[in-house]
Amino acid sequence: MDAIQIALAERVAEEQRHHGKGQFLWVWAALLVMTGIEVYLAYQNMEPVRMLTILMGLSLLKAGLIIGYFMHLKYEVSAMKWMTMTSLVVCLALMMIFLPDAVRVVKLAVR
Amino acid sequence: MSDVAVHHHEAMADAYEPSLFGTYSKKIGMWLFLLSDSLTFGALLWAYTYGRVSTPNWPTPFHSESIRNATVMTAFLLTSSLTMVFAVRAAALGNAKAQRLWLLATMACGTAFVVLHGREWSNLISEGLTLPFFPTPPGHPGAEFSEVAKNVPQFPSTFFGITGMHMLHVTIGVIYLGIVALRKWFIPILLGLWLVAWLGTPDYSPFHYGSHVLLVGAIVCGVIVWLKPKLYDASDVEVAGLYWHFVDLVWMFVFPLVYLMSTKII
Repeated sequence: MDAIQIALAERVAEEQRHHGKGQFLWVWAALLVMTGIEVYLAYQNMEPVRMLTILMGLSLLKAGLIIGYFMHLKYEVSAMKWMTMTSLVVCLALMMIFLPDAVRVVKLAVR
Repeated sequence: MSDVAVHHHEAMADAYEPSLFGTYSKKIGMWLFLLSDSLTFGALLWAYTYGRVSTPNWPTPFHSESIRNATVMTAFLLTSSLTMVFAVRAAALGNAKAQRLWLLATMACGTAFVVLHGREWSNLISEGLTLPFFPTPPGHPGAEFSEVAKNVPQFPSTFFGITGMHMLHVTIGVIYLGIVALRKWFIPILLGLWLVAWLGTPDYSPFHYGSHVLLVGAIVCGVIVWLKPKLYDASDVEVAGLYWHFVDLVWMFVFPLVYLMSTKII
């Protein structure tokens, strides 16, 4: 690695040294608790759309914790956060364009 | 001579602008790879959602045994992310021994995940949930999931497609961490694992052929460590950690969508 790369890697490592283990243990515990809630909800005989909404809400929360703390994005510069997250969300949202077609198949009984 | 080298180094450093993203290029490269890979899983999960919405009688066949198994798998994966974070931290602190131990712990959790998942697949296949190109297991022509596979073929296709893709990622992750932790000494271990997986599974199991992923992994790793033998530093561990956390992250969506939304409630 050249000097700039080494300096950047050292800066990142310096940030890592300031994080105690406790913070990560809390995040891990929160992720386990949310997983437990999800499993509990799976047996509540809930209306599917409602259950899907709650499960996806919890999954997004879990994803946020993993990306923010475990993947360290919370401590990156703004440009990094915006570049990664906006491109990801926009691309995944664009895939949804096809989803209404699935409903059309059912509603119009197209086979 | 050394002064010349230092001046040359500084001149090279001045020739480049500081990174816009405030971090080193290896890490940015891994983030870009993960963004593209997340679209792979995004496409698979959207395809699954499309199939589910457009199929009125989507089956919900997973018994409590499957859900319990998948929950334990999730716990293993979450714990592996914690041990991975500790490995990255140990690497940043320059504690090589702790770094290696945490990496090995992460690999152990990842391996447990794959083994449990393999057991789950084998159970489902023996109960009739299968794909046309899977070898036919002996017995059980009227097994519980045969009707599901026959009437809603989208279910086994999406289930095996998504979970198989994820299992492949976990396997690659374990190999990646093995090379970072043990370097060339991991290759004979990997070859041993391949032989155990290949010879230890019956020839009607998809894992009998799937185990060759380990052989391919050993060959690729052999080429990599031969072309670029090096001691992996803190930045390499951090980049490997990003990949590992991504694998964990994807499962946070696969588990509720594929398993929990298909729970059999009696």
